[in-house]
Amino acid sequence: MSATGDGPPSPEAARRAVEAVWRIDSARIVAALARYTGDFELAEDVAQEALAEALVSWSRDGTPARPVGWLLATARRRAIDAFRRRSALDERYGMLAGGLAEGEANSGSTAPPERSDDLPWDPDRVDDDVLALTFIACHPVLAPEARVALTLRTVAGLSSEQIARAFLVTVPTVQARITRAKKAIAAAGVPFELPPPEERRERLGGVLSVLYVIFTEGSTATSGDRLLRTELAYEAIRLARMLTALLPGEPEVHGLLALFELTAARFPARTGPDGEAVLLEDQDRRLWDRSAIRRGQAALGRATAMGRGLGPYGLQAAIAACHASSPSVPETDWERIVLLYEALGHVAPSPIVELNRAVAVAMANGPQQALSIVDELVATDRLSGSHLLPSVRGELLTRLGRMAEARAELELAARLCRNLRERSVLLRKAAELG
Amino acid sequence: MAKYMLIMRGTDESLAKMMETPFEQMLETVGRFNEELIRAGVLVAAEGLDDPGQGVVVDLGGDVPVVTDGPYGETKELFGGFYVLDVASKEEAVEWAKRVPGGAGSKVEIRRVPTIDEFPQDNEWIVKERAWRERTGQV
Repeated sequence: MSATGDGPPSPEAARRAVEAVWRIDSARIVAALARYTGDFELAEDVAQEALAEALVSWSRDGTPARPVGWLLATARRRAIDAFRRRSALDERYGMLAGGLAEGEANSGSTAPPERSDDLPWDPDRVDDDVLALTFIACHPVLAPEARVALTLRTVAGLSSEQIARAFLVTVPTVQARITRAKKAIAAAGVPFELPPPEERRERLGGVLSVLYVIFTEGSTATSGDRLLRTELAYEAIRLARMLTALLPGEPEVHGLLALFELTAARFPARTGPDGEAVLLEDQDRRLWDRSAIRRGQAALGRATAMGRGLGPYGLQAAIAACHASSPSVPETDWERIVLLYEALGHVAPSPIVELNRAVAVAMANGPQQALSIVDELVATDRLSGSHLLPSVRGELLTRLGRMAEARAELELAARLCRNLRERSVLLRKAAELG
Repeated sequence: MAKYMLIMRGTDESLAKMMETPFEQMLETVGRFNEELIRAGVLVAAEGLDDPGQGVVVDLGGDVPVVTDGPYGETKELFGGFYVLDVASKEEAVEWAKRVPGGAGSKVEIRRVPTIDEFPQDNEWIVKERAWRERTGQV
C-alpha cells in the first residue's frame, strides 16, 4: 500500500503522515496554541498530546481531511481540559482562601469560541507567533543544550527520537532535557511575546547561535552516523531559511544562511570513499553543490546590500564565498580572505580566528609573516592544549625549511590531537621530515 | 532529503474555471502558496506553462514525426506546470500537494526526482551529464 494516507490505515502510514504534517506546521501549531493559552509549556504539552492521539486515531481511521485543523482542535480540547483542571484546583484554593464566587471557576471563560475559518490560525499574527516561539526556545534562561533540543522540538518539529539519534544521546535524555527546559521557561515567568526592542538584537544573537550549533553539530563529519548528521545540518538550513522570511531586514540572519549554504555546498567533497575527512585544499571542487553556492552567494548579497556592515556570520560567509568561487587553492583571493579575517577578529575576537588569519597570511604573503602571528599566539598562551596551533606552526616551519623544529611541532600536535585519523596524518608528516 | 516533482495535471474543465478567475486573484492564491513553500525552505524550482492552445504536439509513433497544433482536445489531462520540492519524505511531498490551489478537475501527480548519484558514475554519458550539471549549477 501507499503510506500516504490513501491506502488502508496502519500505524506506519499514520506515523509517516503525522510526521509530514508536523514537519510543515508544528511551529505554527505550537505558536498558535501558545498565543491562545498564553502558556508556552501547556501549549507544547497539549501539542504533543494531540500528536500521540493522532498516531492512534489516524492509524485506525486514516488521515483526516484537514490534518492541521484536526491536530489544532484536539490540542485545543486538551488545553481546555487542562484549564478546567486548573480551575478546579483554583476553586479548592479559593474555598480555602474563602474568596471565590460560586460557579466562576467552572464557567470555562478561558475557552475560545469555535472558529470556522479555513486557516486554523490568525494569518496576520502567525509570523510573529512563530518568531515569539523561536525566541522562547532559544531563551537565555536555558542551558545551551536545552535551547538546541527545544528549538528542534518546537520550531523544527523533530521528535525526541530524531533529536536523540542526531545528537547520539538516549531518548529519555532528550525528553528530560525538554521537560526541564519547559519548566525553566515557566519558572522564569517568560511571557509568550516578542522580546522588547531593546533586547531584540541580543536575543536574536542567541537564536542565531542556536542554529549555528545545530548546523555545526550536523556538519562535523568526525563522529557518529554521517548521513544523520548531515540531515541535522539541513534542519539548521531549513530553520535559517524560515528565519530569513520572518526577519527579512536583519543582515546577520541572511549572513548565517549564506554561511550554512556555502559550507553545506562542500559536503559532497569533504569525505573520501572510506569516510575520512578531506581537507579543503585536497577537495575535488567539481563535487561542490553549485546550486547551494548560488543560494549562499545570493543570501550574502542580501546581507551586504543592507549596507550596515557584515557581522560575524556574514564575514565567515564572505570567507566561504571566496573559496566557493575559486577553482583551486592557489587561485583563491587570499588577500581578501586576510582582510575578512582581520574584520572578523575585530567584531568577534578569538584565538581560532587569529590562527585562521595566520594561515591566510601564509597563503597571501608567505610563511614568515604568518609565523609571527602564530608565535604571538604561543607567547600569549591563548590556544594551549589545542593541536591546531602546533600543527599550523609545524606547517609554517616546514615551508621555511626549519625541519627539526617543524618535526617537533608536528609531533606535539599529534600528541594533543584526539582524532585518530588526524593524528596519523600528523605523525606521517613528521616522519616525512626525516 | 529527497527531491519530488509536483506535476500539475488539469483538465479542460479546470482550465476553463481558472480562466474565469480574475487574474489578480489567481496571482494572489498561487503567490500565497508559493510563499509558503519558500518560507518552509522546500522550494527548489517551479514553472507554469502557457496556454495549451498555443502548444504543438510531435507524434513520434509513425515512420516520420507528425506535427500537429494544439489544443490537443483528445487528451484527458493537461500538463500545466510543476514544482520541484526538497523534502524529508514522500509523505511531506503529498502534504504539500494537498495544499496546492486547485479546483474540480485538477490533480497533482507526485514523482521522485532521482539524483545523478543514482546512475552508474563510470558511464561516459553520465560523466558528460554531471559535467553539464556542474557547469550550470544543477547538481
